[in-house]
Amino acid sequence: QPVAGDVLEHLEQLALVDFRDAEGVERLRRAIQFADQLHEVNTDGVEPMDSVLEDRCLYLREDDVTEGNCVNELLKNAREKVEEYFVAPPGNIPLPKLEERETFRQGS
Amino acid sequence: AAARGCGGAWRRAWQRGAGGPGPSPRGQRAAASSAGGGAVPVGRSGLAPWVPVVGLEIHAQISSNSKLFSGSQVQFAAPPNSLVSFFDASLPGTLPVLNRRCVEAAVMTGLALNCSINKKSLFDRKHYFYADLPAGYQITQQRVPIAVNGSLSYSLCIDNKMSQMVTKTVRIKQIQLEQDSGKSLHDDTRSQTLVDLNRAGVGLMEVVMEPDMCCGEEAAAAVRELQLILQTLGSSRAVMAEGQLRVDANVSVHHPGEPYGVRTEVKNINSIRFLAKAVDYEIQRQIEELENGGTILNETRAFDSKLGCTVPMRDKEGKQDYRFMPEPNLPPLILYDAKSLPANMNDQQVVNIDWIHERLPDLPSVKRAKLVEQYGILPEHSFALLNEDGLTEFFENVVKQTQMKPKKVIGWILNVLLSYLKQHSLTVKESPVSSFMMADLLNLLEKKEISSTAAKQVLAELWKGEGKTPLEIVKEKKLELIQDQKELEQICQAVIDGQENEVITMVLG
Repeated sequence: QPVAGDVLEHLEQLALVDFRDAEGVERLRRAIQFADQLHEVNTDGVEPMDSVLEDRCLYLREDDVTEGNCVNELLKNAREKVEEYFVAPPGNIPLPKLEERETFRQGS
Repeated sequence: AAARGCGGAWRRAWQRGAGGPGPSPRGQRAAASSAGGGAVPVGRSGLAPWVPVVGLEIHAQISSNSKLFSGSQVQFAAPPNSLVSFFDASLPGTLPVLNRRCVEAAVMTGLALNCSINKKSLFDRKHYFYADLPAGYQITQQRVPIAVNGSLSYSLCIDNKMSQMVTKTVRIKQIQLEQDSGKSLHDDTRSQTLVDLNRAGVGLMEVVMEPDMCCGEEAAAAVRELQLILQTLGSSRAVMAEGQLRVDANVSVHHPGEPYGVRTEVKNINSIRFLAKAVDYEIQRQIEELENGGTILNETRAFDSKLGCTVPMRDKEGKQDYRFMPEPNLPPLILYDAKSLPANMNDQQVVNIDWIHERLPDLPSVKRAKLVEQYGILPEHSFALLNEDGLTEFFENVVKQTQMKPKKVIGWILNVLLSYLKQHSLTVKESPVSSFMMADLLNLLEKKEISSTAAKQVLAELWKGEGKTPLEIVKEKKLELIQDQKELEQICQAVIDGQENEVITMVLG
């Protein structure tokens, strides 16, 4: 089953991935098909597992100040900074719609 | 914590006519009484009444030294990005480590709000993109939060006189632990956003209140009581001005007997006073919109305190899909009680619900009841005492040091001292008149050495904080009551002699 255009657009916005062209979308379709094999397993009466660590003990830390004070280190990763602030665009920049994207048009 | 209830608010709107609390009202507006006795807001006369529905989502910053999942410090107003660890900045290879103090704060709060504490609760990731959320997700408790199904009781005055109080209850749906985000400073001139991550990762308790409230004043009273409870517990300092208590309101209206209407979410409410205004405005706006044939959008609106209205917020890119998933780096949070306490576990790794319950302090409602019982004051007095930081202590100190009955002392504290403090915008701690001086003054009054009027004059002098005692001021200004019978008779006679005509008129009737 092909993946609907609006679903593709929704996925790209949510995960900020770029399926790029028809080949990329086909790869997605085949990945979903592969994962669908999970439905063949009968899981009646079995509690879902969150992670292989879910039976471990959750460690509780004492409320002491042990970290921080490393602004210079952190700002080394910043492409742009103003005084000691990180700089970001004014708001989330919306992705252009699927049809408008150059890469999509090239592939189809 | 004491406010006028729904009846009063909507009746005021009706009396003022065109000047109501909402947007340009058209036509007559009448308040109809509902079966429960309270007034129900009505739009244009002749049309069916409206039932407003208000729910609240409250985020309270946990009072702790370090953050929820990292060891960086929690502090208001520090140099930007100085209280940020590698985990808070979401650098690869870092992992969350849960702060025990935050768990205890949430358990305390859950117990104080009559919740069931979930002995096993889970952490999840809530995904969305924003510059102040470096990980691209927030760690929260969406599936199984730490506490559920509680209640909060609060009081309202049902008329303008503050003499009749009614107790209301709002159900608490749940309390969950979650991370706070960083702060974005918008620089529109340079078209950029400056990001400070000091707040990123600070522990929050989200308290979800069911839509059991019906107007701004109920919402405000409920939040005020929650604030007092949190401050009494010490689980949050809950200072709204410092962002330690943030409230979002969910508002809708519907006709009695019909399903709930579409709700809007109102954000950017910075004080309890504005909360009441924002909710009332939004109720009125929705009523008007629907009566004019419009529809309500399920949107997020911001409260503009200057204009006193709500406006649509910047479009949040349509309906958000948070793609909740279990937080893979944190196993379930297990809490214990006296019965389930494991024998061979390190104390430091155990949070015992019963141990915390035994050590809960007296909640505001209990403190008020004790004050009423111990001192014979009225319930509304006890509300006023608890409403002002340090005032109860001041009152009790005065009572200890004076012969005047507490029932009389309370008048001096609430009507005289408190109004002085308010006039000069001072807290009780900053009062130039100490409880000792106050008691001294009231003793003079009680022994009938001065009159009530004179006492007020002395207080005005004391307020200047020049270090004089009440007795010194009385002597200086010659405010002593004359006790000598002969002297009094002489004065009275002199007055009568000087006003012959008036005396004759009076005697003749």
